Amino acid sequence: MRARQWIVAAGALALLATTGCGAADMTKQASPYADAGGTRTVTLSVQSWVGARANAAVAGYLLEKELGYRVDTVQVDEVPAWDALSQGRVDAILEDWGHPAQEKRYVEDKKTITPGGDLGVTGHIGWWVPKYFADAHPDVLDWRNLNKYAAQLRTAESGGKGQLLDGSPSYVTNDKALVTNLGLDYKVVFAGSEAAQITQIQQFAKKKQPFLSYWYEPQWLFNEVPMVEVKLPEYTDACAEKGTADPSTVNCAYPTSTLKKFLNADFTRKGGEAARFLKNFHWSKEDQNEVAQMIAEEKLPADEAAKRWVERHPDVWKKWLP
Amino acid sequence: MHGDAAGPPLRSGPEPHGTASGARRPPGRTGNEVDRVSTATSPARPASAAKAKQTAAGAPGARPAADPAPGPDVDPAPGALRALWARPAARKLLVLAAAAAVLVPPAAMAWGSGAWPHALTVDLTGPLGRANDWIIDNRDHHWLFLYFFGHISGAIIGAVHAVYTVLLALGWAGVTAGAGLLAWRVAGVRVAATTLASFAVCGLLGMWVPTMRTLALMIVAVAASVAVGALLGLAAGLSERMFRALRPVLDTMQALPAFAYLMPVVLVFGIGVAPAVLATVVYAAPPMARLTALGLRATDKGVLEAVESLGATSRQRLLTVRLPLARRELLLGVNQAIMMALSMAVIASVIGADGLGDRVYQALSTVDVGSALAAGIPIVLLAIVLDRTTAGMASPRRLWAGAPRGGTGGHKLTTARTRRATVRFATLAAVAAAALVTGDKPWPGDWTVAIAAPVNDAKDWIVDHLYTGLPGIGGTADLAGHYTGWVLDPLRDGLQGLPWWGALLLVAALAWLIGTWRTALTAVLALAAIGVLGRWDVSMDTLSQVLAAVAVTLVLGFAVAVPAARSPRVDRLLRPVLDVFQTMPQFVYLIPVVALFGIGRAPAAAAAVVYALPAVVRITSQGLRQVNPGAMESARSLGATSGQQLRHVQFPLARPELLLAVNQAVVLVLSVVIIGGLVGGGALGYEVVFGLAQGDLATGLVAGAAIVCLGLMLDRVTQPTKAEKKGAGA
Repeated sequence: MRARQWIVAAGALALLATTGCGAADMTKQASPYADAGGTRTVTLSVQSWVGARANAAVAGYLLEKELGYRVDTVQVDEVPAWDALSQGRVDAILEDWGHPAQEKRYVEDKKTITPGGDLGVTGHIGWWVPKYFADAHPDVLDWRNLNKYAAQLRTAESGGKGQLLDGSPSYVTNDKALVTNLGLDYKVVFAGSEAAQITQIQQFAKKKQPFLSYWYEPQWLFNEVPMVEVKLPEYTDACAEKGTADPSTVNCAYPTSTLKKFLNADFTRKGGEAARFLKNFHWSKEDQNEVAQMIAEEKLPADEAAKRWVERHPDVWKKWLP
Repeated sequence: MHGDAAGPPLRSGPEPHGTASGARRPPGRTGNEVDRVSTATSPARPASAAKAKQTAAGAPGARPAADPAPGPDVDPAPGALRALWARPAARKLLVLAAAAAVLVPPAAMAWGSGAWPHALTVDLTGPLGRANDWIIDNRDHHWLFLYFFGHISGAIIGAVHAVYTVLLALGWAGVTAGAGLLAWRVAGVRVAATTLASFAVCGLLGMWVPTMRTLALMIVAVAASVAVGALLGLAAGLSERMFRALRPVLDTMQALPAFAYLMPVVLVFGIGVAPAVLATVVYAAPPMARLTALGLRATDKGVLEAVESLGATSRQRLLTVRLPLARRELLLGVNQAIMMALSMAVIASVIGADGLGDRVYQALSTVDVGSALAAGIPIVLLAIVLDRTTAGMASPRRLWAGAPRGGTGGHKLTTARTRRATVRFATLAAVAAAALVTGDKPWPGDWTVAIAAPVNDAKDWIVDHLYTGLPGIGGTADLAGHYTGWVLDPLRDGLQGLPWWGALLLVAALAWLIGTWRTALTAVLALAAIGVLGRWDVSMDTLSQVLAAVAVTLVLGFAVAVPAARSPRVDRLLRPVLDVFQTMPQFVYLIPVVALFGIGRAPAAAAAVVYALPAVVRITSQGLRQVNPGAMESARSLGATSGQQLRHVQFPLARPELLLAVNQAVVLVLSVVIIGGLVGGGALGYEVVFGLAQGDLATGLVAGAAIVCLGLMLDRVTQPTKAEKKGAGA
């Protein structure tokens, strides 16, 4: 009996100890690795593609070398990254391809995230074929002729139809709807991750085999495997509206979107120089590709690539410093 | 045939025949229908799990199987039928056939004979979506989050921060020396040397800081898992009711793929270290709980009575007898918890856990196998060091392979040795202190070796030569094409074309033949649950992939295990390779696998085979080696060739191990279905990945649940029941 009383008492005490000292707001809890040694830390979200790593590499390098911050990067998928940004687990997303639902929820309704301006790069999603294939068959570049080539684009996974290679599950895609609505004799095969998709494309290119893939620019892979975009029915606002209401009705191309930055609301207010610097961060597609290529093709460590770019382009980044 | 003669097994009692559905059974019964044999199937440590299983088999409290009673009014059938009836397997099948004859026609009439009928599904999208939204809307200000989850998260972050700060303060010299000494104390000189070398390699690869972050996370997670697991195990070990209540929960938790844990934790806690530690604890605590319970329940009744007669209180009995006697199981539990925590710590990089897993994951985005390997090697080394150390603590036998293996562990501390150890301790501590004073705290930056570039070159060379240039079969690309076209597609189409009641019957028959009517019922219910969740077709796709990959694993595994069982040298050469395969994070070999086999189900199968092969090889070769030498000798003296010996003596005598190998292969292959989703495996694996990537709880959680059901079903179908043996043994 006495033992039981002790247990009850200890349990009650533990409960008091954890709850008694008041509220613990999870949005105020930083990474345990942050601020080691009393430094000011900025945490950047890095998405899985290399362009995003280029942004973070250069921003991080300058924050560390010019402004004296410590920079941590976290790689998570896009939607979880929005959650993390709203909770203050990361301070900034530097390249967002458009998440209207999250934007409405966090920026407009909950006001935990503030827009950080444009990145300066425009992004475009589409369907692409390798240049060697387009050169041999120029009419493949119109979607109306795609069915003619379905037989050539068949693989073991596409089950008798042509294969349309799709990538990571985190990317924005209407491809299933497009294939159905445009009456194409293709099957969407999901690679499951961008790494797998890139590896597959490289492998096709090595053997000069034809392929049709969901892809986007800016992307460093274009330098290694030149690709040409297939023209889809033109993007219209009407089609976009229809698509927002019911994604399965989309029958036009993807829009060209201005890539945006987003900052945590608290960080915007209290982040000081770092927040101002990240708001000013603005560069071109060529700049980003230069860094991305060093990371992806020359296999340089991200900070080494950033260092080289920073040495070459002081005129660009000097303007960002607060 | 009288349908009513079917007896108790597959019919759920009072249902009227007219509306009886083969699938829907009153839920009240399912609670008791868990199997008796625990399935301690840890993906990370199948071999030791196998041992745990064997221990489980001998545990008291496991009731012998209820023999399926033949129906009361059996037809006065002709002699042939009666002879058939005398055989248990045939009897089971006859009963099943009778039940099917009654149940199937009305069910097929009502719902057709295609895939799972739509009328019998439940759509969870709405409720799960609402739960998702509620959490997001409330997690910043609701009391549940502020006063409960917030404190949990805060405590975890505080603990990890504290451990990390200590590790950083110790510096590389302090950590290396400390780990070496600890290993020395508990596991002997050789393990200590391995430890020192491993930490040095982590530093040399330029991975010191990530290694320390992973280590900090691991220390906190393992401490929490061991505490939680030991408490649960204590409760289950002391109370029969608690044991029965916990067992199905633990079974399910272990069948749940690691990725499925991540989603709900991320939703509540956001990304970062706190959810990573929590997911790890949930993943690693069950083996600890299970083994603690087993150890306590296995206490010798005679000893207990003797102690009781001496007037010991129940607490004294627990502390002085039951816990010390269960020491081996407890330490085995710690060992398993550590190994599982490490594999989870890598997967948790997907939700921002940082550390080594994050380096591997980031290397993936640039398709950089070399960098991924540079971060993967420290993980393997950590696994080996932690395993050897805890295994050395547990017993003189190494637990790694589940086989006795020479005596480097089991360090007996005699006084002389203790004294010598103290001297060495002082020396090492002095060295560490000296290094601490003079050297850098983290690993010195210029003491690193870049392995990424040569590894990438090597990978490219291998891929180029294997992709098309394999003699005889063309190349890996063709191989993948044939595997998909000739094996996977027909199998998938066959399974998807199977009428839903046919699949249920098939599973019932298989599970009942190998087990009891309880295991059969669990298997059927699990399969039915998949249908109810509306994931029938997708699950059949996944099932086809799992079955094919298991077949490949078994063929390869047996082919490797036979020479390994015969020649100790082969076995010695093989062991480190198996260790590496088993602990290397799967993220590392995703890219080579895609480069070789292209996108799709073939690379998914390849990744699964690589992961499951070590366990199969180990269990099989151990089984073959344990065959009684006398039996082998007599076979040889009768002039049996080595092939004949294998077929007629070794395989039959090692049957239990071979069956266990099959079971492990199934469970392990299934546990990497989600990794397969990352390379184009599609089906359930892709849906879980999709759910996590899009924050779509409904898709991810339902697909995760379907994987669990598949796992339960496959486990019951492949798990030989030890009922008869147990009855005899207890």
